[in-house]
Amino acid sequence: MAEVVFFIAAIGAIAGAAGTVALSDPFHAVLSLVGHLLSLAALFLLLRAEFIAAAQVVVYAGAVMVLYVFVSAYVGRPDSSIPSVAGPGLKWPSIVFAGALLIELCIAILGTGLSAIDAEGAGFFSAFGSPAEIGKLLLTKYLLAFEIASFLLLVAAVGAVILARRREGLEPTGTISVTDLFSTTQDETGLVDEHDSGSMLEAGGSPKR
Amino acid sequence: MSITWYLLVSALVFCIGAGGILVRRSPLVILLCLELMLNAANLALVAFARAHGNQDGQVFAVIVMVVAACEVAVGLGLIVAIYRRKLPVDVDELRELQG
Repeated sequence: MAEVVFFIAAIGAIAGAAGTVALSDPFHAVLSLVGHLLSLAALFLLLRAEFIAAAQVVVYAGAVMVLYVFVSAYVGRPDSSIPSVAGPGLKWPSIVFAGALLIELCIAILGTGLSAIDAEGAGFFSAFGSPAEIGKLLLTKYLLAFEIASFLLLVAAVGAVILARRREGLEPTGTISVTDLFSTTQDETGLVDEHDSGSMLEAGGSPKR
Repeated sequence: MSITWYLLVSALVFCIGAGGILVRRSPLVILLCLELMLNAANLALVAFARAHGNQDGQVFAVIVMVVAACEVAVGLGLIVAIYRRKLPVDVDELRELQG
């Protein structure tokens, strides 16, 4: 029974990954990745990682993928003038590189001297991988990593808000340049614009040109 | 099932993701391929945790998921900022920081 579930989930995961790379429409690629994540959650369940599987479905396939769907709907379909894959000068070396990486990894996995990975896995107790056990580890042995991760989430949330903030009156330019960060807002007389309020909204970018 | 099978699936998904990052041009799809690689690493971590009967690898996988969520938040913020400035959403055109 476990073999059947494994092969169904593994084929689903690999097909989802291939679809993510191959589909030209970003929205279809996101949907393909959702299928990949759900198949991966089934594999986690087979490996007795119940909490990881639940978090995979709720956090990844739920929250993170909703973000992707929103952004792909916001950005819209890519221009048909821009090809979805790189030119032949980059495409074929990339595929060769990925194939070489796969061969190297297969040699490393199949030729390893580790006897543990040829077995079904070590013995485990009944609560192995349950939310209670993972939570106990996170709040005792790995408390520092837990706190650093929560701080990293805070930094990422603030950074995302600052990056995606609407910059008022910013005219479209052709390039993003580092000098944009240092350019002060001046009117024709060379005086600093009086409308600058010095608020945090101006801190991230030049509000007026 | 032997743990080796899980590791082979992980290696295959990782290579598909690496090839996708190199081949595709849309930054959104490149972020998706990054997710593929992180998930392949997660699968390997959980498989090794099962092989050794030790839950530390699963805690590591949880932390990897946190890092992936942060990367998604910042990456999607960058994509929205690029789109707002009417720049082409194409990594080959965004080469201002190159050299």
